[in-house]
Amino acid sequence: MRNLIRFLLRYNVAIVFIVLEFVAIFLLVQYNQYQKATVVGIFQNITGFYHSKVFSLTEYLNLRETNEKLAKENTRLKNDLELIYRGDEIFFFRKEDTTYRQQYYMTSAKVINNSTNKQNNFITLNKGSEHGIEPEMGVVSSDGVVGVVYGVSKRFSTVISLLNTNFRISAKIKKNNYFGSLAWDGKNYGLAVLNEIPFHVEISEGDTIITSGYSTIFPEGTLIGVIDDFHIEGGNFYKITVNLSTDFKQLTYVNVIRNLTRMEQMDLEKSAAND
Amino acid sequence: MINLWLRNIGRFIFLVLLQVLILDNIQISGFINPYMYVLFILLMPFQTPKWLVLIVGFILGLTMDLFHHTPGMHTSATVFMAFLRPGVLQMIAPRDGYEPNTFPRVFYFGLQWFTQYTVILVFAHHFILFFMEAFSFSGFFLTMGRIILSSIFSILLVILSQYFIFRK
Repeated sequence: MRNLIRFLLRYNVAIVFIVLEFVAIFLLVQYNQYQKATVVGIFQNITGFYHSKVFSLTEYLNLRETNEKLAKENTRLKNDLELIYRGDEIFFFRKEDTTYRQQYYMTSAKVINNSTNKQNNFITLNKGSEHGIEPEMGVVSSDGVVGVVYGVSKRFSTVISLLNTNFRISAKIKKNNYFGSLAWDGKNYGLAVLNEIPFHVEISEGDTIITSGYSTIFPEGTLIGVIDDFHIEGGNFYKITVNLSTDFKQLTYVNVIRNLTRMEQMDLEKSAAND
Repeated sequence: MINLWLRNIGRFIFLVLLQVLILDNIQISGFINPYMYVLFILLMPFQTPKWLVLIVGFILGLTMDLFHHTPGMHTSATVFMAFLRPGVLQMIAPRDGYEPNTFPRVFYFGLQWFTQYTVILVFAHHFILFFMEAFSFSGFFLTMGRIILSSIFSILLVILSQYFIFRK
């Protein structure tokens, strides 16, 4: 206490000065509109800066949830798109029942195991029969084709990756609709080979390759990649190297496609083949 | 003693009225505004305790703010000036100090001493005052220009008053 008093006596002038100056500045910013607005503005800048930093931090921490949410939303939107477009069917009959118009139904899944360095690569997804996944369903990412479901357990499913030398997919050139068979040659995980395109077809580097829709697995027009290089091999056909649009090294979220009219189509085709 | 108090109070009222009624109405090109009322702090006796100078500065500034409708602006400047005054007095003190029964006037210490004393304190006062008014450093050189021009006029008025009004 005595020390405090001594301190106050020693610095009494400085203390009086600070108190009076503080009162003056308080009056200044409290009762002058301009100065008050300036101070409020400065404080708002500081708190705004602070909040934006905190927000960006929490945003980063929530990135996983956000991604999952976006993947779900994408799936839903793609379903809605399928609901609206069903190719040429609109020309033949018009029915307002939405189940009639929808051909493809997608569900999102997360890749939990993946490889790109073997000859026959497989992908494991975190969804299985419990979630309605069945063998021979198409798997796509937001960038393009990924593979086809191969085996299904209760909670997991395996997918034959496009990077599997046993895997073939019906593909076509977008600009002129010539279709062929696409497979991986087991070398570079970014490149696949498209065969069976006749040599008279005009193609050039950078042409888009999409699914043909002939397989009942993938909807027509799903992106596969773009032409990287081509040359004529063995007479009548091109050997086209395709730069795959899906980056298999960083695959995280995929969509599994269910073709709602697959059974009907296959039954019909089978009966036609038997005749 | 009582005489001294009365004279100071009278001077206080006189300077405030001079500032509010006359000088505030002289605005040269809207840019220069002399503030002569700070003369009161300059003329306070040497023996005045430091804390009393501060309190008087506070009251003087508050009075000016009352007339200008700018609470705190003049107050912060006058308090700062009052805080500097003892230090400045010590800095420019004559070799044998301030003799008793002398006052900070041209009459006792000469024009050069008084000019130094005035320039430092008036400039300090105007510096705080104008920056409190602008309340930002964005127009720094514009504000500095106003400070310097207004200071010149205030200093001229203060020094001239030494020859016409406050001779002793």
